[in-house]
Amino acid sequence: MDLCPSVKNILLLDSEGKRIAVKYYSDDWPTNSAKEAFEKAVFTKTQKTNARTEVEIAMFESNIVVYKFVQDLHFYVTGGEDENEVFLATVLQGFFDAVDILLRGNVDKKEALENLDLILLCIDGIVDGGIVLEGDANSIASKVASHSIDSGAPFSEQTISQALATAREHLTRSLLK
Amino acid sequence: MAQPLVKKDDDRDDEVDYSPFLGIEKGAVLQEARVFNDPQLDTRRCSQVITKLLYLLNQGETLTKVEATEVFFAVTKLFQSKDIGLRRMVYLMIKELSPSADEVIIVTSSLMKDMNSRTDMYRANAIRVLCRITDGTLLTQIERYLKQAIVDKSPVVASAALVSGIHLLQTNPEIVKRWSNEVQEAVQSRAALVQFHALALLHQIRQNDRLAVNKLVTSLTKGSIRSPLAQCLLIRYTSQVIRESGVNPQTGDRPFYDYLEGCLRHKAEMVIYEAAKAITELSNVTARELTPAITVLQLFLSSSKPVLRFAAVRTLNKVAMTHPMAVTNCNIDMESLISDQNRSIATLAITTLLKTGNESSVDRLMKQITNFMSDIADEFKIVVVEAIRSLCLKFPLKYRSLMNFLSNILREEGGFEYKKAIVDSIVILIRDIPDAKESGLLHLCEFIEDCEFTYLSTQILHFLGNEGPKTSDPSKYIRYIYNRVILENATVRASAVSTLAKFGALVDPLKPRIFVLLRRCLFDNDDEVRDRATLYLNTLGDGSVTETDKAVKEFLFGSLDIPLTNLETSLKNYLRDPAEEPFDLYSVPKEVKSQSFAEKKAPSKKPTGLSAQPAAPTSAPDAYERLLSSIPEFASFGKLFKSSAPVELTEAETEYAVNVVKHIFDRHVVFQYNCTNTIPEQCLENVTVIVDASEAEEFAEVGTKPLKSLPYDTPAQTFVAFEKPEGVPAVGKFSNVLRFTVKEVDPSTGEAEDDGVEDEYQLEDFEVVAADYILKLGVSNFKNAWENMDPASERVDEYGLGPRESLAEAVNAVIILLGMHPCEGTEVVPSNSRSHTCLLSGVYIGNVKVLVRLSFGIDGTKEVAMKLAVRSEDESVSEAIHEIVASG
Repeated sequence: MDLCPSVKNILLLDSEGKRIAVKYYSDDWPTNSAKEAFEKAVFTKTQKTNARTEVEIAMFESNIVVYKFVQDLHFYVTGGEDENEVFLATVLQGFFDAVDILLRGNVDKKEALENLDLILLCIDGIVDGGIVLEGDANSIASKVASHSIDSGAPFSEQTISQALATAREHLTRSLLK
Repeated sequence: MAQPLVKKDDDRDDEVDYSPFLGIEKGAVLQEARVFNDPQLDTRRCSQVITKLLYLLNQGETLTKVEATEVFFAVTKLFQSKDIGLRRMVYLMIKELSPSADEVIIVTSSLMKDMNSRTDMYRANAIRVLCRITDGTLLTQIERYLKQAIVDKSPVVASAALVSGIHLLQTNPEIVKRWSNEVQEAVQSRAALVQFHALALLHQIRQNDRLAVNKLVTSLTKGSIRSPLAQCLLIRYTSQVIRESGVNPQTGDRPFYDYLEGCLRHKAEMVIYEAAKAITELSNVTARELTPAITVLQLFLSSSKPVLRFAAVRTLNKVAMTHPMAVTNCNIDMESLISDQNRSIATLAITTLLKTGNESSVDRLMKQITNFMSDIADEFKIVVVEAIRSLCLKFPLKYRSLMNFLSNILREEGGFEYKKAIVDSIVILIRDIPDAKESGLLHLCEFIEDCEFTYLSTQILHFLGNEGPKTSDPSKYIRYIYNRVILENATVRASAVSTLAKFGALVDPLKPRIFVLLRRCLFDNDDEVRDRATLYLNTLGDGSVTETDKAVKEFLFGSLDIPLTNLETSLKNYLRDPAEEPFDLYSVPKEVKSQSFAEKKAPSKKPTGLSAQPAAPTSAPDAYERLLSSIPEFASFGKLFKSSAPVELTEAETEYAVNVVKHIFDRHVVFQYNCTNTIPEQCLENVTVIVDASEAEEFAEVGTKPLKSLPYDTPAQTFVAFEKPEGVPAVGKFSNVLRFTVKEVDPSTGEAEDDGVEDEYQLEDFEVVAADYILKLGVSNFKNAWENMDPASERVDEYGLGPRESLAEAVNAVIILLGMHPCEGTEVVPSNSRSHTCLLSGVYIGNVKVLVRLSFGIDGTKEVAMKLAVRSEDESVSEAIHEIVASG
């Protein structure tokens, strides 16, 4: 076992404790049912607490869980019992802020599911195999978002109908807001 | 928030109308994945399909082998597209699918192309993917690129390569170790995270080279570390180095302490906390060293961030266990945390306060806790109850308010574990604080009037039976007990009957009334209850009020001095193979299997690379006994008294590895030599050990059991038996030579040649010492056991132990010398204490129970003096213990 600060999992759940996106980096929960049981336990225990302004913290089966809620989304980061609590909170804050940037401030379940690709890339960009790759929310978000600008750029590669579809979608989105 | 109403509608609409994954189904998505094969790629669509697949996998859906392969091949087609976003989703998908080795080859070239791309994101992510899915052979092919990437000027690429290196080090250490020059260069990087990743990898590469780690820490602590993460890492490495190097004996200074203290003034909270935590965890930390760390933690206590408050109070809580005085300065801040919204913080604050509080603050504290108890969960309440119990033992004079508190919470709602914790606490307080006995017993009586847990009721009834008759007015408990017989289930009724009998046996004036009650129990509808009532009526003298027999008392109150797990195994063995003669209680081994206990006590901190200790060998008295009784030569020796732990007779990694286990019988000693042959080209035959017992005068060799054949790497045993005077702890030194016939073995066929050569192999000497004749046997309540021993058997004397390194070392030496079981955790000596009392218990050969009370004192010149008091069932044994100490 090395001494490197590490993360055991990152969870993004909805207001009923269902998965939006989760990623595990440790073998503590070998099966999907073990993972689900952990998520359920964490969710039930933290549900009633107020983690909307500050990052909150709890101990769990000799793990430390830090968490923050916004709208109907619950963000969690788990580490071992000897892990630096402040470090875990920093990772969580990075994740949380990056999602906020990527969803342009509309942080709720609907937006998250519609942009699940961004969320998954975001998680992938924060931690690799338990080790923090990037902690700063702006850097995380810019790496993930680089393509949303790019994909629009090479119009030559898109067919007319695709371009139209994209345009229509943009229009409906702006109307819905 | 006025959300609930609105939210309900919202939820319904949202989930029905807007969730992009509503009604998603694996089969359909796999069909959709065919778009990956279109000649004209629709990148948007492809991206969406990958997202759907990832969504399914994330929800716990699994793909069959065939499905995964299909998806994998289809996804590889997408490398044609130039779309960055799609490419990143492809990377993600490949990592998620974790393809098999033959599939990896398909994407290798595409990924290697990306690794050399001009786009940083491609290079970085391609490295991560390739390193994740690659195996050793492929790794050597791409090693060159990875080395380059480590020193790449783009931090994203360098970090990707370094982190991948950290992961690869687990599987392919020899390759990654070749990169240390590049990694070393990356440690100097200006990019904060690159430095962090490089430092982590460099340390892991060198972690087994103590000197290199020391050098690394020495150079980096001089400053040049940029990111807080890297700084935390360095703090951890530094404390590891400190742990291994110890305190400078001349100046009393600790190397690198100044660095840790300097980190307390860092601007990042993460670093400040890491440093404070590191200081509090230093071994034998002094008050002076602790102070600056406590000061910053105290500041954190009043932070607006829950995480900081939690971190600080948790660390202080740990410090309070060893250095309660150092934490008292924080008490005021801690008291304000009792009302913290976060209940974990509040509980930690309370338990810390309970550890550091002084006698005068107890009442105030209890008041605050009472308000607090009603709104925390059971698990927190248990922690509080345990803290209160230790507080009460610390300040026995305050038992009244603490006992009241416990009885109040006992009456409130709560689950089994919580109630059990309370009951246990009350029982312990009754045992240790005589004044608390009567009130405590009454609280328990009230509790069982309305107790829903059978287990707790029976426990309390049993306890009541032992303690109740000794109180000033035993009759007042009878009502509570007899109510149980009327109102409860069969299990509780049966134990209530036993309790009544105990009152009857000890309190003569109550006897007639007890008989009346017991006779009523004869009509109970449960067999066990009736049986017990009948049994007790007869043993107590059925109606005639006479002095209760000593044997009856022994039967009722005598404790079972056999570990229950041992009894269980013995009974199971007996039932599996029932013999003619009845089961003999004395055949149950008394050796306590302390394994699980030792494991529990082991520090929860995971051992780090260097300091990892091999696990202690498991003691297996049962196995030994079975083994010995299967050998006809030794069958007549009787019951095995004790088997020692194996003593190594050879250096590690020699040709033949031999250790010896000493089996002690009443009149015999059997040495079991466990031999292992570590030479594949040899087979040993007729293996014996020639024992020279000239320095062990009381022993006479009576037999040996040679080992027929000892093939390569198959441990086997040879035995030598000695006779010794009965019941006498004879000691002596034995020298040993291994004698055998060597036969060459053809390693390819495994067949031995016919001719062998006789040879000998010198083994190390070992001794039979007095401790071999003492069994470790714990007692649950030392004080009671001590008082129950005949004071006439007590022998007291004082000894000077000369200069010692520390008090703990002296205590430990005596425990090892006597080979007895330390009771009630008294083997742990608090650091910096000047005196210590240690309680030991054991069984001396001949089944004589022995209790030892050791009082140690140490003076300024480290001279240790010891007072040894021994009580045992036999005076001569008390004297024998003194002899052991006097000669040791």
